[in-house]
Amino acid sequence: MSAPAQPLVSIRDVTRTFTRGSENVHVLTGIELLVNDGEFLALMGPSGSGKSTLLNLIGGLDRPTAGSVAIGEERVDKLSDRQLAAWRARHIGFVFQFYNLLPALNAERNVELPLLLTGLNKAARRRHVAAAFEAVGLTHRAKHFPRTLSGGEQQRVGIARAIVTDPTLLLCDEPTGDLDRKSGDEILSLLQSLNREHGKTIIMVTHDPHASARASRTVYLDKGQLSTTPTT
Amino acid sequence: MMKFLPLVWAGLKRKKLRTVLTFLSIFIAFMLFAFLGALKAALSSGVSMAGLDRLIVRHKVSLIQTLPQSYKARIQGIAGVAAVCHQTWFGGIYQDPKNFFPNMPVEPVEFCAMFPEFVLNDAAKTAWLNTRTGAVVGRATAKRFQWKLGERIPLHAPIWGEPIGQSQWEFEIVGIFDGAKKATDTSQLFFRYDYFEEARQRDKGQVGWFTVRIANPDAAAKIAAAIDQEFANSPYETKTEPEGAFAQGFAQQIGDIGSIVMAVVGAVFFTILLVAGNTMIQSVRERTEELGVLKAIGFSNMLVLLLVLIESCCIATLGGCSGLGVAWLIIASGNPIPSLLPVFILPTQTLVSGAVLAVALGLVAGALPAWQAMRLRIAEALRRGA
Repeated sequence: MSAPAQPLVSIRDVTRTFTRGSENVHVLTGIELLVNDGEFLALMGPSGSGKSTLLNLIGGLDRPTAGSVAIGEERVDKLSDRQLAAWRARHIGFVFQFYNLLPALNAERNVELPLLLTGLNKAARRRHVAAAFEAVGLTHRAKHFPRTLSGGEQQRVGIARAIVTDPTLLLCDEPTGDLDRKSGDEILSLLQSLNREHGKTIIMVTHDPHASARASRTVYLDKGQLSTTPTT
Repeated sequence: MMKFLPLVWAGLKRKKLRTVLTFLSIFIAFMLFAFLGALKAALSSGVSMAGLDRLIVRHKVSLIQTLPQSYKARIQGIAGVAAVCHQTWFGGIYQDPKNFFPNMPVEPVEFCAMFPEFVLNDAAKTAWLNTRTGAVVGRATAKRFQWKLGERIPLHAPIWGEPIGQSQWEFEIVGIFDGAKKATDTSQLFFRYDYFEEARQRDKGQVGWFTVRIANPDAAAKIAAAIDQEFANSPYETKTEPEGAFAQGFAQQIGDIGSIVMAVVGAVFFTILLVAGNTMIQSVRERTEELGVLKAIGFSNMLVLLLVLIESCCIATLGGCSGLGVAWLIIASGNPIPSLLPVFILPTQTLVSGAVLAVALGLVAGALPAWQAMRLRIAEALRRGA
């Protein structure tokens, strides 16, 4: 079976410049990137290369200085803050390097958070949460608080939270960066399974070649420029 | 909004000790607010219960100067005057000076007609008219000393000395009156003027002050001037004023209660505002990363602002209403100093304004941190967390 060829993410001539004092810092310059629906893309590059900035632009957490970012038919860079928030709630699932779970909520409540923004009632939310926990294989730990979970388990909860609304796109920022090799492998297998078995489109930022090997395609970012081969 | 409450609750639980300490400071502040409200109500109860159609006629120089009882007939003759009765400060002491309560000789029929707020049943009124040494006492004082009907009460009167032919003033309780309203002062004892007049050794024919009912309250100033004019240039010149103003002047002998209460409450609430505001600012600052995550998963800026405001209002309202509630329970359980405070109640108005103040405190204390949370840039918040 060949991968679907329809581009889900279209990034055209994107530039992102930050102003620090009187200095303009060009983090991304003329980025062109297409990510197909159902693809698992790894975005590699050294620290400070602009990987997270690009991920933030795709996820609507930031806006480009120039160029366009489209997800499906939606020009994300044109949306207002309020529209962006609603769009993120519907279409994007984020997985963070440090899991970013709310410590005062148990795993179940953490996973339920994105569903609070939907019109689902409590019973329906519960069903969705249970399905998400089952997908990440952590049903037995649903009532536990983050501090009682291992790093790998916390990241699974993070992934469950990201997929609970069945988003269009999963954005993972160094999802194995804070984990040991074994736990990291488990998380990568889980992401791979979400991509292959559930057809999730995933963009994963990593600087670990071992992690990028699990993706269907890898692109490299260095000094704000994108390439298909690693720079030396 | 209810589905977000666990999230608000989680925010409050995040630093339990800090939340408890903030709760307690708000709790104490609102308890103090309620007690000061009760104190203000007690000291101004005379003002609030004053009749709009009643004037007080007293000696121009001072309240302790007496007036001739004969003035009653002359006042009655002034146009616009509907009724007149008089009272005299007796200052009787029951057993010990610390057992203070006001006691005064009055003319029962005129007195009962003049003060309908003292609710006395017909049997008691009849008994009072039939008993020369009879006295009626308010419910609060009867309860305080556990007096029953028929009981004989000895009073020592340093102002008037012993009664003629007797070793002490002695009154028989023939009635116990209640207040028509919660704020009515039921700490007083009234006994018959004719017995007092006959038995006192000095100042016969003199009374303390007159209470005048007027037919038209709008004509109060004109009638008051007419009364004072009637007695101008006499040995006993008068000062006539509305009953409310008279009570106000009486209460203000210990200072402007309203201003004192406002100053104390203002200082306390300003401090509490700083405490609650600081707590919320710290709480939001510590949760920068978490707020960034909420925004990343789709919580709008406005929703984040609302969540912080609700959290702030929750702690202020819980602390405030608990403080008001506990104060209400304590105040309802009884007057701790009946000798100083004739009534001790927590006015509904104080409770309502306390509750409104609690919500306002939450809103004001939460405004700045909520605004900061709303303005938080997601990428920056997540970067700070990392």
